[in-house]
Amino acid sequence: MIALVDLFSLAAIGAGVFFFFAGTVGLLRFPDSLTRLHALAKADNLGLGLVALGLLPRADTALAALKLIVIWALVLLSGASTAQLIGRALRRGRK
Amino acid sequence: MSVLPFLDVALALLIVGLAVWTIAARVLFASVVGYVAYGLLLALVWVRLYAPDVALTEAAVGSGVTGVLLITAGKRLGAARAGEAGPAPGLAQKLFAGALALLVAGALAAVILILPDPAPSLAPQAAAAADGPGAGLGNPITAVLISYRSFDTMLEKVVLILAVLGVWSVGADKAWGAAPAPLGQRNPYGASVFLAQMLAPVGAVIGVHIFWVGADAPGGAFQGGALLAAMWMIAMMARITEPPRIDARRLRLALVAGPAVFLIAGLAGPLMAGSFFAFPHAFAKPIILFIEAFMLLSIAVALPALVAGPPSGRSE
Repeated sequence: MIALVDLFSLAAIGAGVFFFFAGTVGLLRFPDSLTRLHALAKADNLGLGLVALGLLPRADTALAALKLIVIWALVLLSGASTAQLIGRALRRGRK
Repeated sequence: MSVLPFLDVALALLIVGLAVWTIAARVLFASVVGYVAYGLLLALVWVRLYAPDVALTEAAVGSGVTGVLLITAGKRLGAARAGEAGPAPGLAQKLFAGALALLVAGALAAVILILPDPAPSLAPQAAAAADGPGAGLGNPITAVLISYRSFDTMLEKVVLILAVLGVWSVGADKAWGAAPAPLGQRNPYGASVFLAQMLAPVGAVIGVHIFWVGADAPGGAFQGGALLAAMWMIAMMARITEPPRIDARRLRLALVAGPAVFLIAGLAGPLMAGSFFAFPHAFAKPIILFIEAFMLLSIAVALPALVAGPPSGRSE
């Protein structure tokens, strides 16, 4: 049972790290700011979500697990909003 | 063989590299962004040094609030610079500035390198004091801040007020008493209004929570106050609320509340516990939390006042 939980954590965190890695590669390699923003959002939203999911079974208390979820939700909210703001600033600069 | 030492070395190298990049960046905005990232990495260093209290402060104040301050300052500089760009500094001036910078860096390096071993430290006394009047608190950092070096902590808040006064005094004479210029644009974008409406209530709760747990766990008035300040700034940037007039009685009372309550509690010390800034053992925890609550208020008001800037008198 314990081994199964460990396996789950390993898989989820591994997948999260993959998304962070892919997002970073995109950030460095994509041609313009909007596509770079797109790559960054994947790393933030999905990567951090998977890492938090993998850490959930390892949390000591239910409260600690809840905090992990809240952190992910806050990052989702601020990440998505700032991506919108940066995107708009870019569009204005182009006009 | 642990992987942590390698991560530490990588972190240190990354920070030095980022510091160099921040100085070398040609564009003001880029170097501010570099500075914010530098502050966040520094917070990680404090975590690795087992100092989560300092890490929280570094992330909230050193990186967050200072970053906002620098960005707004940069924007104003850009507006001012268009009119009054002086001649570029000559070679002699550049060399002189470089030599001075080297001298300061060399003196600092020398001071650190010739420290006696073991280094002189007040830590034992501070630890003893944390076990003394602040013993009711589970977080020794808060006990030391309020109970051992209480006068310093009080004066830090006075410095914040002086800084706000300094910013206000830059405004024009006839604008005195008016409100600073609004932080955001006239028609804020929907996304920033949405962010402020969603984030500010949650952030305010988390700020008070960080203050409250500061008695027993990493956190405290400064970290919590910085979070509350950030939430107010976000609301001002989304134009949900405007910067208050600087002659508003409530604003000024909130600004001085922290140091004033601290000072009164300190003056009551000789009566209650026998010396200046001493707290009676049995009531130490409630008194410290009471003082910290007012400090939280002062910090939450002072930092946005710094960012909002001098009174402008324009209503846009």
